[in-house]
Amino acid sequence: MIADNGIVIAFWLLAATTIGCALMVAAVRELVQAVLFLALTFVGAAGMYIVLSADFVAVVQVLIYAGAVSVLMTFAVMLTPAADRRNSETVFQVPALILAGLVLAIVVFVTLDTDWAISDRGAFSATAASLGEAFLKPYVVPFEVASVLLMVAMIGAIVLTQEDEVPPRRQEGE
Amino acid sequence: MTLNALRLIPMRSLLDLITGYWWDLRDFSNLTRMIYKHLEDWGFPDWSIYVISGLIGTLGIIAFIGGVAVINIWVERRVVGRMQSRLGPNRLGPFGLLQPVADAIKLMQKEVLQPASAPGLIYTLAPIAFTVPGIAVFAVVPWGRHAVLASLDVGLLYILGMSSLAVLSVFMAGYSSNNKYSLFGAMRVIAMLVSYEIPIVAGLLGVVLFAGTMDLQGIVLFQEENWAFMVMLQPLAFLIYFFAISAELNRTPADIAEAESEIVGGYHTEYSGMKFGLFYAAELINAVSVSAIIATLFLGGWWAYKLDELVPGWMIFIGKVYGVYFLFVWTRGTLPRFRIDQLLAFAWKWLTPMAIINVVVVAAEVLAWEESGWSAGFWIPVFIAVNGALTGALIFGFVKFFAPKFQRFPTRPRFYPDIDVPSLPAVTGAEFMAKGGQA
Repeated sequence: MIADNGIVIAFWLLAATTIGCALMVAAVRELVQAVLFLALTFVGAAGMYIVLSADFVAVVQVLIYAGAVSVLMTFAVMLTPAADRRNSETVFQVPALILAGLVLAIVVFVTLDTDWAISDRGAFSATAASLGEAFLKPYVVPFEVASVLLMVAMIGAIVLTQEDEVPPRRQEGE
Repeated sequence: MTLNALRLIPMRSLLDLITGYWWDLRDFSNLTRMIYKHLEDWGFPDWSIYVISGLIGTLGIIAFIGGVAVINIWVERRVVGRMQSRLGPNRLGPFGLLQPVADAIKLMQKEVLQPASAPGLIYTLAPIAFTVPGIAVFAVVPWGRHAVLASLDVGLLYILGMSSLAVLSVFMAGYSSNNKYSLFGAMRVIAMLVSYEIPIVAGLLGVVLFAGTMDLQGIVLFQEENWAFMVMLQPLAFLIYFFAISAELNRTPADIAEAESEIVGGYHTEYSGMKFGLFYAAELINAVSVSAIIATLFLGGWWAYKLDELVPGWMIFIGKVYGVYFLFVWTRGTLPRFRIDQLLAFAWKWLTPMAIINVVVVAAEVLAWEESGWSAGFWIPVFIAVNGALTGALIFGFVKFFAPKFQRFPTRPRFYPDIDVPSLPAVTGAEFMAKGGQA
């Protein structure tokens, strides 16, 4: 098992932070606060990666999820009308609870059912370099396919939202 | 004590930096090694030595940042005053040096007001969350050959991640203030940073490709090994990073987020007292931390040809940091503010394409270097010449072909071509003066 006490303490603290923040995302009424809690959840997950000594993944998690994704979410929230910015009561509460309970049951079942054998290889060293090697040598085709897909999505978004010409500004007094 | 010690040491041993005496603060690792040794002698466990050395390093960095945040208020105001033909603060103390102290005391005495409808926790946390990333960046910045708090394998990505966290805190401030102008400021910041993240990362990619590592100490060592500052190898990346990061810093050429003349101070409109003081300090701290990053990545950090054998590395480093900081103050003191559409166009139409071209060129160069097997002594001068020529050609070409034409008397707004604007009297300044100043 994990030998170091510090790692165990860090794990439980991070786990508590992550799960607590994740619960608050669902519980909080204000959507903007939910997004902020979501950012904290991402940071907690990054801490988990650090505990697993996957520093590259941890930093990328902070950079992309806590930095970019949550900012995009705030962007989206701010573009919605103020009246829609609250988690109001909906008729879907009971079905959603049932669904969430089922998902939780599956996760708990899988966790208990898996045989958690401990791998005998050591911790990763230089994860950035080895990830780069992996992306550009054995997994180069999936990597390129994913980037082409993202490129197509971006061009598609630009084409869909493109306007033919600059709209004239409204005249004074109109 | 340290100055006397420096003078007493003969020239010969100055070339041999690490003397091993704890008071030889030309290299801080002397002190930490002494502490390690004593701790081991006293039978402390291994982990406590890590904790204690980490705490010492953190305390040193925080002390440096605290001092810098106070002094730079004075530096910035004096330098900008000089550039604008003013005096700047000159009353309190010699050369007005005590002005920051007076400012700080004033800020601490002021009442901290909070809008009644503001969500209290977010409102209070925002200035703190804004300050922390700027300090945390210093964890990976090397101060000398043996003086770096955390030599992370992914140091550069860590810096980028930290600076992206600052965005969210600006948004927290602007949103929780519950004020129209604060929200405008926050939204402007987010729109700006979403755009500027790309040239920043793409610009730094060139540096990483050359150095072959994201560890900041490794990048300094690469520059030492190849006997060239990265700014010579990567002038374009330096310019791209400098302009893009000055937008991210909210400093004057790009301070649309807090433009006082348009939106009353943006995201910190509602903040007062020491909460505002934290925003103000964080702005200075961020400027210094970015200067430290530029000094490390592009100007060799603690290394400066043979100079680092005579002068302690951390002194060279601080000197370079202040050199870069002067550049930031210079741009702040002399350039007018961008409009937001100009700022976003600058990111997308100028910096991003240039950064992408730069990455492609650097990748080809590194490939040629590795495949040819020729030495760095041949390739580095070639790269310096090629990249310098490329930078000049790209900037000249972009200005020549893509820049809007300069008009002394613009007759119509550029973005709305179908509006008729009453034409100005066709009189140039020279003609105006030739008529004796009469219209």
